[in-house]
Amino acid sequence: MNEEIITPALEVHDLTVAFDRKPVLWNIDLKLPEGKLVGIIGPNGAGKSTLIKAVMGLLPLSSGYVKLFDHPIDEVRKKISYVPQRESVDWDFPASVLDVVLMGRYGKLGLFRRPRKADYDVALDCLKKVGMEAYINRQISQLSGGQQQRTFLARALAQQADIYFMDEPFAGVDAATEKAIISLLRTMTEAKKTVIVVHHDLQSVTQYFDWVLLLNTRLIACGPTATTFTQQNLQETYGGKLTLLSDVGDLIRREHFPNREGVIKQPKTI
Amino acid sequence: MNSLLDFFSFADPNIRFVVIGSVLLTASSAIVGTFTFLHKKSLVGDAIAHAVLPGICLGFMLSGTKNPAYLIAGAFVTGWISLIGVEYITRHTRIKEDTAIGLVLSVFFGIGILMLTVIQKSGNAAQSGLDHFLFGKAAALVGQDLFVFGTVAVLLLIAVFLLFKEFALLAFDKDYAKAIGLPVRGIELTLTSLIVLAVVIGIQAVGVVLMAAILITPAAAARFWTNKISVMITLASIFGAFSGLSGAYISYIAPAMPTGPWIVIVISTVAFISFFFAPKRGVINRLLRQRNIRRTINDENVLKTLYQLSEESRNFFIQRSAEEIIRRRKFSLETLGKILKRLERQGYVERTGKHWSLTEEGKNRGQRVVRIHRLWELYLTTHLNIAPDHVHDDADTIEHLLTPELEAELEKLLNYPKVDPHKSEIPYS
Repeated sequence: MNEEIITPALEVHDLTVAFDRKPVLWNIDLKLPEGKLVGIIGPNGAGKSTLIKAVMGLLPLSSGYVKLFDHPIDEVRKKISYVPQRESVDWDFPASVLDVVLMGRYGKLGLFRRPRKADYDVALDCLKKVGMEAYINRQISQLSGGQQQRTFLARALAQQADIYFMDEPFAGVDAATEKAIISLLRTMTEAKKTVIVVHHDLQSVTQYFDWVLLLNTRLIACGPTATTFTQQNLQETYGGKLTLLSDVGDLIRREHFPNREGVIKQPKTI
Repeated sequence: MNSLLDFFSFADPNIRFVVIGSVLLTASSAIVGTFTFLHKKSLVGDAIAHAVLPGICLGFMLSGTKNPAYLIAGAFVTGWISLIGVEYITRHTRIKEDTAIGLVLSVFFGIGILMLTVIQKSGNAAQSGLDHFLFGKAAALVGQDLFVFGTVAVLLLIAVFLLFKEFALLAFDKDYAKAIGLPVRGIELTLTSLIVLAVVIGIQAVGVVLMAAILITPAAAARFWTNKISVMITLASIFGAFSGLSGAYISYIAPAMPTGPWIVIVISTVAFISFFFAPKRGVINRLLRQRNIRRTINDENVLKTLYQLSEESRNFFIQRSAEEIIRRRKFSLETLGKILKRLERQGYVERTGKHWSLTEEGKNRGQRVVRIHRLWELYLTTHLNIAPDHVHDDADTIEHLLTPELEAELEKLLNYPKVDPHKSEIPYS
């Protein structure tokens, strides 16, 4: 199914993720090339967010491993950037737009050190790139949804990473902003950055993405948009649920069964 | 009055110690407490506070002295055990966190009280004063105790200063912190240790039972005044220090008074004042803003009515009686009188005897409200496909709200239409 990729930016091998023992992602195997704009497509509850969180090591894996640039994730943390879902944080937090964007520099700064003048320069530059320079000192609680999204994007840019994971960056964003963001992501991939985007809107897929990853609890297909985003693959992604698979998952949970023989992991609270 | 002068001249070195001590204790608890509050761990702070009591008793029983080093060590150990207990219960059973906290809090506190009673009945002379840990006694802080507690307080401040940006990021977006490779687990352990330490030294001032108050209340009060985390921490520490100082003073003039409750009363008063009077977030300000909004709506409705009454005749400056206005739109006579007087003061209407007429400005404002109302109705029918008979109520609200920028955008979007869905003319000035 996968084309042979010599130096993958991301390699996922036999990845299974379970919540309360019930697998929500089954045996995912995939490789993504460097410098592409990749869309993760699938219906609600398909495990799109779960996949990128698991890849970044934010969720415990039931099986499998993940490699970024041929290294275990913890060795290349500084190369990873993340745009979480907008609703995942409490925006009534006492911080300004600039404060949030500066957080993007914390990984490079390391513990104990305060942001330096150069970090402020980067933050301001990134705010300009997303068209938020007029809102630098605005309280984040007073931003509109689209502005919140752009603030998160600026924070991710400020990391100057090599691979970007974005969880629904277009949710709550107006059409003009969406276009601006896409062209920004384009310039990033031209500079050999890899950008992986969880995306909802099927209409714009062919227009936006070089690669697509079709997901519905299991991986349906992963490859260049032109050959992968086909009617048949879409039907398989969105067409009827695999009831048997879901039933087996429920069974695993009810019986307190391990996901893999020999490894009994305690369910973790997240 | 003399005692006030005696106390605040700080001439007596004992008073100086007590003041420095209690201010340090309450301020450092407030600073650590700010992060407890922002991490939404307020209840956990309360659980730790109750759980350190058995540790203090244990420290005393094992060492036989009230040497603060032993007591702190004991308190630190049971404080941590209680936290691990809460985490274990939530993770491995179906019991939710709030219940787990309640369970751990009461069990540990019960054991603590039991041990305290045993110690008090044992006849050990060294135990007198151990019960200060229940309600606190700032004035009892002297000499070596003060040195130990003061050192811990300074250490807390240094730790918070060094890890300030990490604590803030974790409170705002923990997943992101993990993703960019910060040692989240380690930072969390550090913060929790700081909370435990803050509780351990804070109970000198207010005691176990009321500890949560000086941990959380200063931060909660400070939140009302600012949207900047650095300002919030500074304010919280000032509020904390002020209450600590008051507590020390009360301890000094009335040794029989329980210090802790007084500190809590002072800090709660500060919190109440913040709750009501803080600009923007305070309750009174919100009420005032709502009253202003209601007034604007009433004023504009009257101007709109006066405008509409003259729409057919096109003579907008005709004098109208209150009854005429009420016939067109329902107001109570009394309310209408008040509104008209207010509009007269603001220069939107003029009065001749019992009659009222629009001024040029009043006409323009009434016209604008009518225009926005009709534009919005049109927008709802053309762009949202809402039936024309369902759009009126919505437009009645929007007409008072729309900014000039949005109004201009709306006009452009609809291409300056002439009539609304009910064929009424849309007036432009």
